[in-house]
Amino acid sequence: MVIFIVFPCLLVVLYSITTKDSNGLTTIHFTLESFKKFFDPLYMNILWDSIFLAALSTAICLFLGYPAAFIISKANISIRSTILFLCILPMWMNMLLRTYAWMTILGNNGIINNILSFFGLPRLNLLYTRGATIMGMVYNFLPFMILPIYTALSKMDTGILEAADDLGANKLIEFKKIILPLSMPGVISGIVMVFMPAVSTFIIPQLLGGNKSMMIGNLIEKLFILNGDWNFGSAISIIMMVIILISMAIMNKFDVDKEGGARLW
Amino acid sequence: MSNAIIELNNITKKFDGETVLDNITLSVMKNEFVTLLGPSGCGKTTTLRIIGGFETPDEGKIYFDGNLINEVPPFKRQLNTVFQKYALFPHMNVFENIAFGLRIKKMDEQLINSKVEKILELFNLKNFGKRRIDQLSGGQQQRIAIARALVNEPKVLLLDEPLGALDLKLRKEMQHELKAMQKQLGITFIYVTHDQEEALTMSDTIVVMNEGIIQQMGPPMDIYNEPKNAFVADFIGESNILDGIMHKDYLVEFLGKKFECLDYGFGKGEKVDVVIRPEDLELKPAGKSKLEGKVKSVIFKGVHYEMQIVVNGYEFLVQSTDMATVGTTVGLTLTPDDIHIMKKEVIL
Repeated sequence: MVIFIVFPCLLVVLYSITTKDSNGLTTIHFTLESFKKFFDPLYMNILWDSIFLAALSTAICLFLGYPAAFIISKANISIRSTILFLCILPMWMNMLLRTYAWMTILGNNGIINNILSFFGLPRLNLLYTRGATIMGMVYNFLPFMILPIYTALSKMDTGILEAADDLGANKLIEFKKIILPLSMPGVISGIVMVFMPAVSTFIIPQLLGGNKSMMIGNLIEKLFILNGDWNFGSAISIIMMVIILISMAIMNKFDVDKEGGARLW
Repeated sequence: MSNAIIELNNITKKFDGETVLDNITLSVMKNEFVTLLGPSGCGKTTTLRIIGGFETPDEGKIYFDGNLINEVPPFKRQLNTVFQKYALFPHMNVFENIAFGLRIKKMDEQLINSKVEKILELFNLKNFGKRRIDQLSGGQQQRIAIARALVNEPKVLLLDEPLGALDLKLRKEMQHELKAMQKQLGITFIYVTHDQEEALTMSDTIVVMNEGIIQQMGPPMDIYNEPKNAFVADFIGESNILDGIMHKDYLVEFLGKKFECLDYGFGKGEKVDVVIRPEDLELKPAGKSKLEGKVKSVIFKGVHYEMQIVVNGYEFLVQSTDMATVGTTVGLTLTPDDIHIMKKEVIL
């Protein structure tokens, strides 16, 4: 573990606090120059945009995922496993391939546009838009929202719903006061498990968003591969890591005084 | 009829084609402590759940205070339930659990406060309001479950084997507390249990059930002393049940000997079931009684000795503070009052 995890992390930290000299080799000159560079409006915009797109995708996943998880938990046992299997099945495929698939659906010569022109309707410019990026993220990360919420809902003791019924609660009150609070650990789990990859992904915005949505992930990738600027790239990676750790800590705080449920650690 | 708060008329319920309740008719009077008693699977919990509204009967009608409530869902019925597994809300503290029903009624906050505090004190749980459910012992949880139901001041309280998970001493304490509370509050209690001792201790009326049918209904003394059939006789208390022949009124023969008894109304020479309670048999020295047999086993039960004594091939269960030694021959006596005659069970 030390070799494969700790050491590379240390390397990244090292690169982030050093610079290259004129020959393109890394010096041992320690500086926080790379970090300072990041606080340029250009890059800050990219950062806020990444967070915004990730948050929006997370919200959409929550909006779609909670009802889906709820319906699955109410279905009878035989159908339940089939539906869950269908949810998980796409995850068995490589994310790159899944994202490519969306290109064929959304592209100008893609499936949707072919159907539209078949009916004589004008073609839509769906690919290389911010919408396409969001759609790609929701599609890829939705199972991560559905599964923890479903787990929390299915573990709930139905006896307490009968007790609530007995004490005068109609279905709405039951949901608001019993089901929703008890599913919160699952919701929080889902939010973190979607937001984390969403904010740091680069493949999805790269393939589906074109240059309309440059996210942090793209930036880091470009810096490493195109610009060869490992120092700046490492610095931004560290900043990303800190942001993710902070958001996890905030989420955990909300989880602290709730009952049991899914914890991340 | 006007004194009946709950009436079940011809209730039938089937699960997966199996008849769980078969044409049940019973009335529960106001302020009564009624116990539904029977072995597992007899239908007592299903009956309770139908009264509570958690199950709907396939046939029959339920009345609450004269009103038909077949179609009324649980949250609209004026009764509350104490569940076997307590079903306390894990994400709320003690106060919120108890206040739940009151909050739904949109009661004034101060009033809720005083009612909850009052009932916590009644259950010796003052200052427990802020505690979390998982910090409570089994006995405390059970009292909270009862408090949560009672604080709503229902007309009828349904209790589904609430004392099952408690240790013996605590169970007995709670039995007395529940009975006292029922009398004090003037609420009708409908209690479900398989423990006949519990039923005998607490009830005004016991409804003995088996296989979805009411076997006998009445006060504890009647159920115990005058069981109507072999099932009731066997289920309530221990009994010795033998084959006998009623020669004429007040005279029965069993084990080859004739005995005077207090029962009448059977046909001459009719085959009957004879029921004798183990505690009614008295040990006497050999040679002095009609019944005589060899002692097969002796167990010390603390409160009495339990012995198996074989008389003419029949193994009697005898409970006595006197002891007999295994292998010796002893005599058994009983008075006419101790012999109960029942119609023969028709085995289909």
